[in-house]
Amino acid sequence: MNIFDRMMSLDRRWVFLSLAIVCVVTYLWDFSVPITISNEVKSIYDRFDSLQEGDMIYMSVDYDPNALAELHPTTYALAEMCFRKKVKIIFGTLSNLGQGMVDQVIRDIADSVSHDATYNGVFYKGREIVNGVDYVFLGYKPYPAMVIQAMGLDFRVPFPTDFYGTILDSIPIMKGTKNFDQCKMVIDMAAGNVAEMWITYGHGNYGVPLALAVTGVMGADMYPYLGSGQIFGLAAGLLGSAQIEKLCNNPGRAMDGMRIQLFAHILIIFFIVMGNVGFLATRNRNKMR
Amino acid sequence: MKRQLPLMLVFVFGFAMIIQYFIPHQASEWVNAFFMDWMMIIGVFALALGIWSLTKVSWDKVKYKKSNWQYAIVTLAGLFLMIFFGFDYFRHFSTPVGSNNYMYVKFYQHIVIPIQSTMFSLLAFFIASAAYRAFRARSLLATLLLIAALVIMLRFNPLLGPLQPIMEDFSVWLLNVPNLAAKRAIVIGVGLGMVATALKVILGIERAYLGKD
Repeated sequence: MNIFDRMMSLDRRWVFLSLAIVCVVTYLWDFSVPITISNEVKSIYDRFDSLQEGDMIYMSVDYDPNALAELHPTTYALAEMCFRKKVKIIFGTLSNLGQGMVDQVIRDIADSVSHDATYNGVFYKGREIVNGVDYVFLGYKPYPAMVIQAMGLDFRVPFPTDFYGTILDSIPIMKGTKNFDQCKMVIDMAAGNVAEMWITYGHGNYGVPLALAVTGVMGADMYPYLGSGQIFGLAAGLLGSAQIEKLCNNPGRAMDGMRIQLFAHILIIFFIVMGNVGFLATRNRNKMR
Repeated sequence: MKRQLPLMLVFVFGFAMIIQYFIPHQASEWVNAFFMDWMMIIGVFALALGIWSLTKVSWDKVKYKKSNWQYAIVTLAGLFLMIFFGFDYFRHFSTPVGSNNYMYVKFYQHIVIPIQSTMFSLLAFFIASAAYRAFRARSLLATLLLIAALVIMLRFNPLLGPLQPIMEDFSVWLLNVPNLAAKRAIVIGVGLGMVATALKVILGIERAYLGKD
């Protein structure tokens, strides 16, 4: 076996080991990576930035813990931005393990918002986030397509009570709030086909202004909806989350994780190039024979 | 009658829901909301079926000492412990108060989250290995796929220096032109297929869902 044969048939354990080393070293080595902002992420931020005190949005946290590395940072950054600006949030989840995700977001953000902070040059005084006044968490119901359609009619159809068992009509921010008509927008953080259900049933049936934050592998699939105007913004993968964090001036895990992803990608490209050099050299050698 | 009744119900309700969609009236909305409730209630029965199925399969595995039967014990223990804590030691059945149960939260935060995150993270290693072996310039189409993958991975790479904006523009073109065209064609094709299948079910041409009997 010559060098070219070896280049194209490397034992996969070497690939695993190299990737593990790159991930650990770049995790421990603290440096920042410049983040370039794309138009589709900027449009999400611009829409959030234009929200006024007292406005209301619907935030759908449709992912399980397996996608939290990519999507949690977006949820954190946007939810904190809303709470700082006193924008009210209706949280919901169409993912069966999403309840824990929302619960975690609310607890952590409530803690963060209780401290003074300055984002993008604007000072925000720390305050207490109150359930029912600043936000409501509707909880989880199975069968996303049906739940989205039912919420479009009235939130009370699928969710007569909120996650904590309180009747919706007795919750201050739900008084006068019937359906998506009272929400300035819907943002869906999704790690599955729920995103497409929001486009079909949420935007299609009720015309809700919709933005998506999806996992990296789903990103390319969502571009047609961006081009057709069915969604006004798209943040895909860890990169999308890092861009949101940068725009919100609220660096977190996504911006931190970008250096790991950057070098992991470089390593994968190195292996792909190496394999192809070996492959082409072997093919030429065989042709010459 | 065993076959005719379901076919009739599907026909009537299928057409009723299609007609309802095109009538923007309060009564029509009420009908829609009413059936939404019904669909969710019926759907919940699938959950009970799932729990029964998982319990039976796991129990049989343990009972007959099938291969890896030890894992079935862990599955059953996890299932019933989460139900037990989720109902707050069987004290709360009608409210989701159990979701705040100390043990339920701890199990979720310290077992479910790390397990799911770890499983998903392992994909990175398999994807790296698969990319190394699969992305080979064997033909023109394979080469195009390879180039597209490299451009997308490198699009925001700051180490490329002056080449980075070019790569970014190229990746935007890739996503907005060839990707968009292909994806739209697929979406429209799938949509038409769904309409055709739905009509076949409503009209009773497609009857596979009724089973063999």
